[in-house]
Amino acid sequence: MTHLPYIAASYALAVLIPAAYALAAVARLRTAKRRLAALEPRRRVPQQPVGGMPGR
Amino acid sequence: MLTRGRFKPWIGRSMLPRVDAPTIFVAPGRTRPAAGRGLHRFANPGRFLRLSGALLPWLAAGGALLTATGLVWGLFFSPADWQQGDAVRIMYVHVPAAWLASAGYFALALCSAIALVWRHPLADLAAAEIGPVGAGFTAICLATGSIWGRPMWGAWWVWDARLTSVLVLFFLYLGHIALVRAFDNPERGYRAGAILALVGVVNLPIIKFSVDWWNTLHQPASISLMGAPTMALSMLWPLPFSAIGCTLVFAALVLARTRAAVMERRIRTLLMATAERAAASEAA
Repeated sequence: MTHLPYIAASYALAVLIPAAYALAAVARLRTAKRRLAALEPRRRVPQQPVGGMPGR
Repeated sequence: MLTRGRFKPWIGRSMLPRVDAPTIFVAPGRTRPAAGRGLHRFANPGRFLRLSGALLPWLAAGGALLTATGLVWGLFFSPADWQQGDAVRIMYVHVPAAWLASAGYFALALCSAIALVWRHPLADLAAAEIGPVGAGFTAICLATGSIWGRPMWGAWWVWDARLTSVLVLFFLYLGHIALVRAFDNPERGYRAGAILALVGVVNLPIIKFSVDWWNTLHQPASISLMGAPTMALSMLWPLPFSAIGCTLVFAALVLARTRAAVMERRIRTLLMATAERAAASEAA
């Protein structure tokens, strides 16, 4: 009796389920970043005057 | 007023603006428990997003690499078992999934305890995000065990103590996922989920010792901290690779989901603040 279908099914599950979670997490992160950027645009950093002190 | 450009997603939690994130969770007139102060350094969402953003690619890449190494090694280069034949290769996916099912629940309970005792906001979010990932790995454990059982035992499922206790763990995960999302007020959901998670911890020693306490069809542990492994080293070597790799993948998934949850909470807070401002201006 060959065990190949059982092994293939096990490995497929072990790869596909975490891969689905990873894709869902990436999509969720991208959506959240996009929505947050739309709601809360970052302040533009003002240009330093020539010869001015760098940093804060 | 909310400060534009600054990242303070926790403001919505107590609706007290312009308070630093680490102190925002303490009820008025109360001081935070001393033991939680160290942990609250990481409650700052900006700091969490910076740290997790730097850590996430390494976790994901390391996890994928180690898992792939372990699985390819186990599938093509490790020897077959003299009794089980090639079906023993299912062990390289089943054992890491079983380990993560229990370890994930322990992490869920730990986050729940931290959230209940010290009101750590990231612990709430992490617990809510560990649940679905842990349920997924528990499902892998149950499914691969069942797939292994069919050729070895002649049955997809037996009501064995180990199998049944892991099934109960799966239901605990599902209960936690449902409970956390069952309330309109997320805080109540987190609290109810945390209590369920802590009660469910009793199942972890039952899973661990079920093969010793009862006469089970499931074999006892082949690897222990105290004694030598009961399997050949040539078959054992791929297992730590896949186990550590899957653990890193699990951590990366939880971290990515928690990052998304932090941003979603910030979005919710901003939307609520906008709605409140609109309502106040209409009333005026």
